[in-house]
Amino acid sequence: MTVPTRAPDRLSSPISAGVGESAVRPDGTLKVTGEFAYSSDLWMDGMLWGATLRSPHAYARIVHLDTTRALAATGVFAVLTHEDVPGRNAYGLEHKDQPVLASDVVRYQGEPVAIVAADHPQTARRAVALIDVEYDLLDPVVDPSTALDEATPRLHPDGNLVRHVRIRKGNDAVQADVVVTADYEVGMQDQAFLGPESGLAVPAEDGSVDLFVATQWLHVDRGQIAPALGLDEDQVRITLSGVGGAFGAREDLSMQVHACMLALRTRRPVKVVYSREESFFGHVHRHPARMHYEHGADRDGRLVYVKAEIILDGGAYASSTPAVVANAATLGSGPYAVDNVTIDSYGVYTNNPPCGAMRGFGAVQAAFGYESQMDRLAEAVGIDPVEIRVRNGLAEGGTTAAGQVIDSAAPVAELVRWVHDLPMPPPSSGDLRSMPGGVSNSTHGEGVVRGVGYGVGIKNICFSEGFDDYSTARVRLELVAGEPVASVHTSAVEVGQGLVTLLAQIARTELGVQQVTIEPADTSVGSAGSTSASRQTYVTGGAVQAVCQQVRKRLLERRPGYVGSPGDMPLRELLVDGPVEETVEWRHRPTTPLDPETGQGSPHVQLAFAAHRAVVDVDTELGLVKVVALDCAQDVGRAMNPQAVVGQIHGGSAQGLGLAVMEEIQVVDGLLRNPSFTDYLIPTILDMPPMQVEVLELADPHAPYGLRGVGEPPTISSTPAIVAAIRAATGLELTRIPVRPEHLTGT
Amino acid sequence: MQMVRPTTWPAALDAIAAEPGLLPISGGTDVMVDVNFDRERPTGLLDLTRVPELADWSRDGDLLRVGANVTYARIIDELAALLPGLAMASRTVGSPQIRNRGTVGGNLGSASPAGDAHPPLLAGLAEVEVESVRGSRRIPIDEFFVGVKRSDLAPDELIAAFHAPVAPGPQQFAKIGTRNAMVIAVASFAIELDGAAHRVGTGIGSAAATPRRAADAETFLAGEITERAAWDSPTPLPDAVVQRFGELVAAAASPIDDVRGTAAYRRRALSVLARRTLGWCWADLDGRQCA
Repeated sequence: MTVPTRAPDRLSSPISAGVGESAVRPDGTLKVTGEFAYSSDLWMDGMLWGATLRSPHAYARIVHLDTTRALAATGVFAVLTHEDVPGRNAYGLEHKDQPVLASDVVRYQGEPVAIVAADHPQTARRAVALIDVEYDLLDPVVDPSTALDEATPRLHPDGNLVRHVRIRKGNDAVQADVVVTADYEVGMQDQAFLGPESGLAVPAEDGSVDLFVATQWLHVDRGQIAPALGLDEDQVRITLSGVGGAFGAREDLSMQVHACMLALRTRRPVKVVYSREESFFGHVHRHPARMHYEHGADRDGRLVYVKAEIILDGGAYASSTPAVVANAATLGSGPYAVDNVTIDSYGVYTNNPPCGAMRGFGAVQAAFGYESQMDRLAEAVGIDPVEIRVRNGLAEGGTTAAGQVIDSAAPVAELVRWVHDLPMPPPSSGDLRSMPGGVSNSTHGEGVVRGVGYGVGIKNICFSEGFDDYSTARVRLELVAGEPVASVHTSAVEVGQGLVTLLAQIARTELGVQQVTIEPADTSVGSAGSTSASRQTYVTGGAVQAVCQQVRKRLLERRPGYVGSPGDMPLRELLVDGPVEETVEWRHRPTTPLDPETGQGSPHVQLAFAAHRAVVDVDTELGLVKVVALDCAQDVGRAMNPQAVVGQIHGGSAQGLGLAVMEEIQVVDGLLRNPSFTDYLIPTILDMPPMQVEVLELADPHAPYGLRGVGEPPTISSTPAIVAAIRAATGLELTRIPVRPEHLTGT
Repeated sequence: MQMVRPTTWPAALDAIAAEPGLLPISGGTDVMVDVNFDRERPTGLLDLTRVPELADWSRDGDLLRVGANVTYARIIDELAALLPGLAMASRTVGSPQIRNRGTVGGNLGSASPAGDAHPPLLAGLAEVEVESVRGSRRIPIDEFFVGVKRSDLAPDELIAAFHAPVAPGPQQFAKIGTRNAMVIAVASFAIELDGAAHRVGTGIGSAAATPRRAADAETFLAGEITERAAWDSPTPLPDAVVQRFGELVAAAASPIDDVRGTAAYRRRALSVLARRTLGWCWADLDGRQCA
């Protein structure tokens, strides 16, 4: 096959550094200078452009579908509908409930109905508008609270329940002296990655297909694409292309099957790039949540019980809702020691946009509930927010809501104390950029009140509930121009987090080699699992460590009796006889499913914790918020690359800030009101304060290098900390996020 | 799509006269969004960036003429002392990149109710100079906006410049957005105090189908100041007067509930911004009298 231009290249960094050092990213300069090849840059001579017709309705029956006019348009090469899906017209991460192209019914606004290939992207888009579809409108199911009622129409054959997880830990009839109860709501957040869904499918002579695409898990994509195309898995070859952010939104398929269908039909390469607006319809979002929480404690504020009902709106298709429901349940009492936990967590189908994976994955929603409750409890018993968290914080040896014994560090009290003890920010300087409203010049200090709040979060690292979670790594060590070079080949996806940097660091440390090349990720090597659940450093990092050790062993077999350290191995001498190549499939320790009645078990591989202290200035008359400080303490087990660790904490905290005060996809009657970056606002540099970050390294003896997943915990705790600070400034209850000016001004 | 690129003003006027369907473009910060989204399918673009007559501003006594292609960045850099209200509004426009490309002429051409330049132009009684092969005319700013994204511009007319007096007194601009930069106004307000003419100017943005003045608020406040003979010796205004001014500004708006905010919030925000900006102007007026 001819390889497209702007396809991914090998990466190597001129500056070598091993584990524990802040190695420079091999793709960093390319990205900063605009040279990095993202999937939207892929190009092949003679390629066609794909475009997608999407449902404008949240719920409707397709009465009539006619592609005649579109097919007749000049420059159009193919117009395909559900009738053209070569294999099974269904895919999905956990349930195959989502059609590649809708056949009789559309269940959400934006659901793909037909696809077009044309010689120009604009021609393709305009041909989409020439497809005639007649819909019979149905009443959409948009309220997740009533989705399970008998009277509500069933959107799928088995009804509207995707999953219900029950947690029954201890005694659910126990009484407490102090009880606080409230309802909370979380709006629909978007991952808002910058690189829209895009890829290029190239048909082969033998009917197979090569797909270049930005995604999160090549092999699970392939496992869904091949059956839809009616091909064997080995007839679909996927190469990862430059990913412009993911945050969970690329776990589900978007344009993959469509581009392949068009390429196989037209026998031409087909490229698909979503527009920004289309992107909002083309990927899943964070589940909105409605939560009822009841916390019981003794008069000292020690938790006696936690009860909760959590309803997560999964939207039209299941996506990863089942796992999100389990996270919200098993992490639903937070990073606190409590003997009695009763939680019912539900994921439901509605005709709202499908919701699935996003950084924090069920733990974010629950954290807003339980952290708000901890503040209420502190107030009810008359202690401060730090003390309530210190008194109840989990520690090693404690048990989670699922009854899992924590067998490595769980320094909740320490993390809270760390952020509490950091220096407070100075009073406002009067510079407009430091004011609520910023350069919009809405206050010079009038109405501004400062508040301080705390938040702590808990997150499972790696895949849970007995999932066979593994990664495959291949390493080849050889002499190139007389110098030893290691090439590392995995299918693990770099989404911007720095995995490519880290894998090279591990190879250098384990093999004592200076030059390391990272091969493009593709399906010619075994699965690496998903770039999700803060797991790649742990699992693919573990796989690369293991395969390097295997390579070392092979190498040393060439010189029996060698007893030096890996760094001192005489590589040149040992490699004269030829290269060494090894492949290893590496697994973390197993987990168990949840007991279906009690939700008890050992579902999680590892738990990670972060704490935030937020300081906000609120313009109480205008309801505008400036987050003045957002400081974080997090245990990362081992800072494999300290700069990358702090970068993850900065980024995760900013994403949590967005959810606290601005980020929401507004959905009314199943229809999106703000599918653009004009109206879906994410924080700018003037919204995000400089951070003080404390990184703790309390090694986890069960994990490679003692490391603990880093990416998600800071997203979880920053949101409740900020909302707590706004409450402290305003005295308002604020039970819904994001907090809007209307909530703060009663308008 | 055709691209017409005149290098002189008469050639630009000829081009739009010959083909009124051409969409004028300068910075492209608004036009290109609509074109890229395929919301706007003009027969062609009339690129005005090469027309030297539009590129500069000039001063004639107390009057300024600012060419349609003068960017927000230049207004901030070059006109902050002469048109402080407009300069303040320009600082709130988009990002640095947008301010380097975007122009007040383009803002007027789009005539969005949310255009940041409009409230200070309304408060300052600017006039829009438009021209066609038929001739030139000046449209008073409060007659320029006729509907949502519609102006009084005829199909064959182009915006040449705006004219505005050098600030005759303190000017302020404030806007509300739900983040601290790079945000479209949820509501905005501009005010000017003209001590010589004993006039109050106002402009409201994002709170009606068009940008508009709050005429009753202007008359009320000017009357109160005059009654107290406070133009020349600005003693503190009674709270009740400031309060009433805010109420009248809010009452002048006809806001709606939309994705960016509720009508009730917009009214509230306008009254708060009116009170605050009046306070800042008043302090400024006081400072000038003392100086």
